[in-house]
Amino acid sequence: MPKDKSGRTLEQEIMLIDRVCAGETHLFYELISPYERQVYVAAFSTLQNEADAEEVAQEALLKAFSHLSGFRRESKFSTWLIQITINEARMKRRKDRKALYESLDKQNTDEEGDYIPKDFADWREIPSESLERTELKQALQRALASLDGKYREVFILRDIEDLSIAETAQALGITEASVKTRLLRARLQMRDALAPGYDGAWSLGENQWKKVRPW
Amino acid sequence: MPIIEISCYHVWREISNYIDGEIDPELRRRMEEHFKGCEHCSAVLDGTQNVLRLVGDGRTFELPAGFSDRLKKRLEKDLGG
Repeated sequence: MPKDKSGRTLEQEIMLIDRVCAGETHLFYELISPYERQVYVAAFSTLQNEADAEEVAQEALLKAFSHLSGFRRESKFSTWLIQITINEARMKRRKDRKALYESLDKQNTDEEGDYIPKDFADWREIPSESLERTELKQALQRALASLDGKYREVFILRDIEDLSIAETAQALGITEASVKTRLLRARLQMRDALAPGYDGAWSLGENQWKKVRPW
Repeated sequence: MPIIEISCYHVWREISNYIDGEIDPELRRRMEEHFKGCEHCSAVLDGTQNVLRLVGDGRTFELPAGFSDRLKKRLEKDLGG
């Protein structure tokens, strides 16, 4: 039987939803707790700021509570939560746009031309212990921040939060074809943003990034 | 059946779909052939897969300290649960 991140089954989740809808509001946190990180990350993917992401995550979950009886059960509960969160985050961004986010949000370019990889350095080896390293985390955050919003959202939902292409499309309100196009751009850009770091600037002691450049 | 060669340009356009298994078997075969003979494209493929391995381990984003407690308090306050 398929289980969600908390180890409960779909039936158990539906039962929880029914009980919350029937008035047992104290169960709401239990219902959403397996997804609180995903909700936060979804908000962060749009807002790029911890405090704003937390505020929006809370607002989104309150909104989810008040609309819970309207949840159509053909989609996954987690996808529904993420969809609400993305909408809340976009609303907040629109509200704040004039001040903070103007420079981050370069969504005016709608055409999605081909993206040519910039760097052909070969960095095939990745030691798992390096994942612990703060500097790697920071490099990832920087690389993500360098993406345009529409690419970053797709990349985070699909490749970090592991939503399917269909779920990503649903959460963002775009077509699956758009998800694929944006994903391609986002992945290649992420690679270009990260490869130079691996290729020298913060190479890890004994770890030998192969510095092979074909030209 | 002979494998028709494809260009690097074509490979880059499909590389993400290739990783996701979202291409037909014929194109997959052509791309695999291309990767065998093209160092640039196989470097791009490996690098892209590395990115996905790096970010997919769930540790890129952690909840801010105290997030769950603050959320619970907010829910208690607003839902009266």
